[in-house]
Amino acid sequence: MIHRVRMIMLVVGVLGTAVVFGAAVAGMPGFGGDQHPYRDLAVAAAFQRATANVVSSINFDQRALDTFGEETILVASVAGVAALLRPVRSERRRRVRPGVPVLESTRLLTVIFFPITVLVGIDVVAHGAITPGGGFQGGVVLATGLHLLYVGGRYRLLERMRPVRFFEITEGAGLVIFIAIGLAGLALTGELFRNVIPYGDLGQLVSSGTVVLLSCAVGMAVVSSVVVLLAGFLDQALALVEVPDADHSDDEAAR
Amino acid sequence: MSAAGFAHYYPYGVAGAIVLLGVIGIAISRDLVHAVVCLSVCQSGTYVFLLAVGYQYGGLAPIFGATVHRSTPVVDPVVQALSLTDIVVSAAVTSMLLALVIQIAKRRRTVDPDELRSLEG
Amino acid sequence: MTIVITVLSTVVLIGAAVVIFTRAPAKQAVTLSVYGLLLTLLFVALQAPDVALSQLAVGTAVVPLMVMLAVRKIAAHRDSGGDDR
Repeated sequence: MIHRVRMIMLVVGVLGTAVVFGAAVAGMPGFGGDQHPYRDLAVAAAFQRATANVVSSINFDQRALDTFGEETILVASVAGVAALLRPVRSERRRRVRPGVPVLESTRLLTVIFFPITVLVGIDVVAHGAITPGGGFQGGVVLATGLHLLYVGGRYRLLERMRPVRFFEITEGAGLVIFIAIGLAGLALTGELFRNVIPYGDLGQLVSSGTVVLLSCAVGMAVVSSVVVLLAGFLDQALALVEVPDADHSDDEAAR
Repeated sequence: MSAAGFAHYYPYGVAGAIVLLGVIGIAISRDLVHAVVCLSVCQSGTYVFLLAVGYQYGGLAPIFGATVHRSTPVVDPVVQALSLTDIVVSAAVTSMLLALVIQIAKRRRTVDPDELRSLEG
Repeated sequence: MTIVITVLSTVVLIGAAVVIFTRAPAKQAVTLSVYGLLLTLLFVALQAPDVALSQLAVGTAVVPLMVMLAVRKIAAHRDSGGDDR
């Protein structure tokens, strides 16, 4: 019965949303048109700030305060996951066995792609101002590269490559450096996140002022966040096992 | 609707349809992990919508250099910056929800929303 | 370019439907990863290399991996003590 009511609600809701959405879209400028006022403003501002990659200019210069907010969301959710995934009392830690045998070709591909991905990740973070990239993209690429080791069956090596304690510190440090650069702008010019480094010439490696530094700070926070997140999940799935005999009633007391 | 009119709004329609598909998925879900995945699909509709809003026919990626000059038409970088952070925050939200589901599984030994409801008392 | 975007949007839409209607979460981790790859291609066609790059890493690798690990953990809990309540 409750199932029926839910389905009726769903159909009514989906149809209603579709109608409203359709009406809204019909009033929008068509897809692929050439009227983009925000683009014109953002591109002009990026040229003024000698930042070749306009997306990076927006993220790390024109809207740096918003990016700080987003970074805070990331760090907060990592803290939340860490709190939720603490081992409960009925769980015991075990040594992770080498696990299922991995195909020789997978192992080989991992050996080839692991260093390449890590190098690409660093490159993407560092050149965020002049080529596609920046802290967010480079950070996730780096963290993904690190976890290729798990795919290749090298979980123990992965564990040694990413001391979680260290990444917990770099995660916070990334956030602190980011706001410190913003505060430097405030102290020197009276405006939070004001670019305080000379811009240089568009397209040069050292250009765009603080964009490169802020991008590296975000890269640091993102790579550490993803590493800590995945470490929590890997730990739960592989290392922690439940001991069925343990008393469940003291679960409450354990938390 | 004419063919040109169809092409004018089709990507927006796709974005809206992805969001609605995600909602349907959550409603019919019998497993909380499935519901979390559906939510992330739902959110991916917003990336498609944002990028569709900023696209311009013939526009290039907004990264200036040897081939893209000041006068070259580019697509809107503002929506790209928005969807970029959207993707990272979506990953953070998904991880948080999956951690909650694991916690529910530990305490209640089921992740079926209907069974969870019947256990409440 | 129009035709490429139209075709890719359609493929993405089909991909989303496949993910939604894959009922087993373990299989969903795989379809989600493929869907992430399709989105990456669409973003490249929409001239958004920055977004495509992070979608590639997050959508095809990090999130499906988290889903897979969560499924594995939950399956272990279902097996170990389904009968003590």
